[in-house]
This record gives sequence, structure tokens and C-alpha cells, in this order.
Amino acid sequence: MFIIKNTDKHITLEIKDLCVGYKTTAVCSNISFKLNQGEFMAIVGVNGIGKSTLLRTIGNFQPKIAGSILFEGKPQTDFTPIDFSKKVSVVLTEPIASKNLTVIELIALGRQPYTNWIGNLSSTDQSKINEAIQILELHALKQKKCYELSDGQLQRVLIARALAQDTDIILLDEPTTHLDLFHKVQILKLLKSIAHHTNKTIVFTSHEIEMAIQLCDKILILDGHQNSFETPSKLIENKAFESLFPSNTVVFDSRSGAFRIQK
Amino acid sequence: MKKTKTYFLRFAILFAVLCLCFILNLSLGSVTISFTDTLKVIFGFTIENPAFEYIIFNYRFPKAITAILVGGGLALSGLLMQTLFRNPLAGPFVLGISSGASLGAAILIMGASVLSSFLSLSLINDISLAIASSLGSFLVLFLVIGVSSKIRDTMALLIIGLMFGSITAAIVSVLSYFTDAERLQQYIYWTFGSLGNLSWQQLGILFIAIVTGIVLSILSIKPLNGYLLGENYAKSLGIDIKRSRLLIILAAGVLAGSVTAFTGPIAFIGLAVPHLTKQIFNTTDHKVLVPAVLIYGSIILLICDIVAQIPGKASVLPINAITSIIGAPVVIWLLVRKRKMVF
Repeated sequence: MFIIKNTDKHITLEIKDLCVGYKTTAVCSNISFKLNQGEFMAIVGVNGIGKSTLLRTIGNFQPKIAGSILFEGKPQTDFTPIDFSKKVSVVLTEPIASKNLTVIELIALGRQPYTNWIGNLSSTDQSKINEAIQILELHALKQKKCYELSDGQLQRVLIARALAQDTDIILLDEPTTHLDLFHKVQILKLLKSIAHHTNKTIVFTSHEIEMAIQLCDKILILDGHQNSFETPSKLIENKAFESLFPSNTVVFDSRSGAFRIQK
Repeated sequence: MKKTKTYFLRFAILFAVLCLCFILNLSLGSVTISFTDTLKVIFGFTIENPAFEYIIFNYRFPKAITAILVGGGLALSGLLMQTLFRNPLAGPFVLGISSGASLGAAILIMGASVLSSFLSLSLINDISLAIASSLGSFLVLFLVIGVSSKIRDTMALLIIGLMFGSITAAIVSVLSYFTDAERLQQYIYWTFGSLGNLSWQQLGILFIAIVTGIVLSILSIKPLNGYLLGENYAKSLGIDIKRSRLLIILAAGVLAGSVTAFTGPIAFIGLAVPHLTKQIFNTTDHKVLVPAVLIYGSIILLICDIVAQIPGKASVLPINAITSIIGAPVVIWLLVRKRKMVF
């Protein structure tokens, strides 16, 4: 059911000394990391540290302040809008504008970068759409309107849309907020299996640090100065999680990989 | 594939209804011309009463064509605005675009006499009136766009549209205070809204404007579908936001502006028809919606015009009143079914 593209891994996304923010006010600086094909990465950090800003900068929704963003060695600024849309797809926190779209219509919109001037779907487009529906198990929901869906279902539909866009990189801004524990785990496990089986690089921001530790290949901890980027086990070894929150409220237990409330 | 077939059937029915309404519109009026006689005249046969032929060709035919162009144009303009503003209650009238057109017309007709007598009445011809009201509607449209980028709230935007309407009304009343009776009368006639006053030459200009608007809309079908996801998603799909936005605004402005210029402000068609269309075509795809609202809008305005003529009677009701009587309940119905307040 999964189509494996290429087995030799190479770097798809490279961030060097990036500084993100709005106009001249830097929100977060000194960010560097490299991601290979098929890697599943989380960006964690406290509220307001700049997780979403970073993701929005990588996704070309806002300009960077300094540093470089390279996609397979090619700077972000060298892409035309269409080429970029074939390279990076997104799942955003903002609600979609028209909840009157059916699930199948919404997923089909993911094919826009490939369709002709009026948006007719070719047979390739159809098969990509069907593939996305299959991977996210949305068969039963195909003809439903978006306003009829639960938050968890809608999130799966939005991921299917990003998948149908057939990009090397998928960026997700807080894909698990508003979901219960079961659906949080369901979505993250799905994303992980998509990354590993289709060789797509998946980056998401999250507050679910404990789940990220268990599921992700790499984690970027945004703290404003060090911005450690490593595998979860290395980060635990380096005691990188200990300084994330004030130690008088929550402490990190490195043996269980979980946070505990300081009483 | 099955879906295309059902859409085709619906389009065929809709088109048949349009033809029926067109012929009805020709045959009904102060003098009722029988259905067969109407058909005979259309297909070039001679009929017993040559007066009927004269009435149909010189009076009813241009009026029915105007109704088709105006209804389709306003409905399409409404659809474009609803998608662009992500707002189910957007439309040329509600957002103050029609007021903008009125302002343009008022400044041209009355403003000239206020500022100087430099512009003579003869200069106020069809083309300059069309340009002035189109400019007016663009002005308001750009103002609304500017405000809408700052304010996301649906209701706030509508209230702002209403305020633009009030400002326009205020400027118009100031202008009319200083203007002479002749020009004032000319403006007042314009505001009544009428489908019947267009010459063939004026119809030609309106036709070109509407076709321009339709072509721009067809070119915008793909970005319009992208906008259904929201602006950021549209951007991530490789859509050139600035360009497509401008194209859609241009299309909506040309459609609403030119229509208002020639027929005066006609309310609610632009707002109500896209929603009525979506009751028949259960889709959000603009490939289907653009032609569908064009036909549906034409049908609705032809029917409104038949009602306004009061068949068999010599008097004519203002078209604006009829469209409001039909359109306002649609808006109320939309608000009552708030859960379905999606576009």
C-alpha cells in the first residue's frame, strides 16, 4: 500500500544560522539543523518561543531575518511559487475557509500545483488522491462535508490533502491541538509511518514533548539560545529537557522520559 | 464521471428554464402577446399584428437581454466576493459596492455642476457614466479589501460595508443640495433601477463589460477554488495571491460596476443567487458554480422583471423593490440556519 520512492537517503532540508521574526524584531535566532529524507521531526518549546514562526518561515509564509534555508541544497528564494508548492506542503492551525467542501474536494485541491489552468484532474492526480485517501483511511468519509467531521477526522483529511500534494517535505503546525489523547497518538503514529514508508520529511510543532520523545527521529528544542537539535535519546543524555521549564513547577525524569509536576 | 453526467442534466434543465423564462418575459407585459406569436416573432415569421412585432423587437427584446446580462453579472459578482472575502453574506449590495457605483454616478452627474460648469450635460454619456460608476465601485471594493485584511470578523465587515453605504448617501445628499434640478432628476431616475431604458448601443457596452467580467472569472477559477481553503493554503498551493486577488477584484468590480451604471442599484441578486445555486448544485467547485450562477441569476432577474411588469396592467413596479422582496427572505433564511452559514 505504501510506495517506496528511493532508498538512498539524502539531506532534504538544511537550516543554517536562521533568525526568524517579524520585520526587524527577531523572535528566535541561531537555529541550525539538517534533515534527511524520511525523517520525522518535532519542534518543541514553551509558548511564544517562535515554533510557529519558524515553521511559517520554512514554509515561506513570512520572510526570514537572517541565515539560510536550503531545500536539497537550493536556497528557498530560488524557487518559483509553483516549484515551491511541489516541494513543501503544509497543515496549518487556521481553520479552512469553506467548511462546505466535501472531503474528496478538499483532498483534490492538493493537486492544484499539477493541474492545468482550469484545474482538471488527470489520471495521475486521481491515483495520488486515492493513495492519500487509502493511507489515511478516509474511504467512508469521502462524500462528507467538512462541517460534519470531528476535529480528529478533519485533521486526517488535511494531512491527506498535504499528502496528495506529493511533496518531499510536509510541515504541520500543532497538528495535535484540540485532540484527545487517543487521537493525538493516532495522528502522530500515522505521520511517523508516512515519513518512514513514503520517504517524506515531516516536521511538526508540538507541545506533546513526551510523545515526541517516543515517536520522533529528531527533536529541535527551541529555547532561544542553544536550540539543541538531536535524536531524543541524545537530548535526554545531554539533559537538554531539564532546562525547558522552570524547575520549581515541572521537572524532567530522564529514566521515564516524562515530565513530573513539582509539588 | 457519474458526477459530470448529473451536472450536465442539471445544466440542461436550468438552460431550458432560462429559455422558457425568456419567452415568457417577452410575451408578458402591459399587452399580453400569445406564446405562439412570441415564438413566431423570434423565429422570423410574420404575425397578424405588426404592432406586436414592434413591441417585442424594440422594447421587450432589449429589456429581456438586459435582464439576462444584469442577473448573471450581479450573481457572478456575488459569488466572486463570497469566495474572496470568505463570507457567505458578501455581495455587491451588502458590501457597499453598489453604493460606490452610485457615488461615482452622483459625482459625474451632479458633481460637475458643483465644482464648475466646465462639464456640460452632453458630456455625461453612457460610456462616461459606466466608467464613473465602475471607478466608484472599485474605490469601495479596495477600501473593503483594505479593511478586511485587518478585520477577520464576518459581521464587522458587513457593518463596515453598511457604513460605506451611509458615507456615500451622505456625500450624495450634500451634492444634491448644491446641484440644479435637472441634474438631480437625472440622478434620481438612475437610482430607481430599471432594465427597460437601455438602447441597443448601451446594451452593446454592457455586453462587452459582462463578457470581460466572465472571462476574468473563468481565468480565476483555479485560484477561486484554492481560496476555499484560505489564503495561506492557497499560497502553499503555488497560487500567486496578489495577482489572483487583483483579477478577482477586477472581475467583481467590472461586473457590479457596469451593471449598476446602466440599470441603477439592484439589490440582493448578487447575495442570494450563489446560495440558491448551491441548493441545486451541491458543490463548491467554481468550474460548475461560475456557469451555474450566471444562468440562475439570469432566470431570477427575468422572473423578477415579469413580476415587476404586472402582466396585463400598464403600470410598472421598480425592479429594485421586487428583487428585495425575494432576496431579503433568503438572507433571513441563511441567518436562521446559522449552522449552514458556510459558503
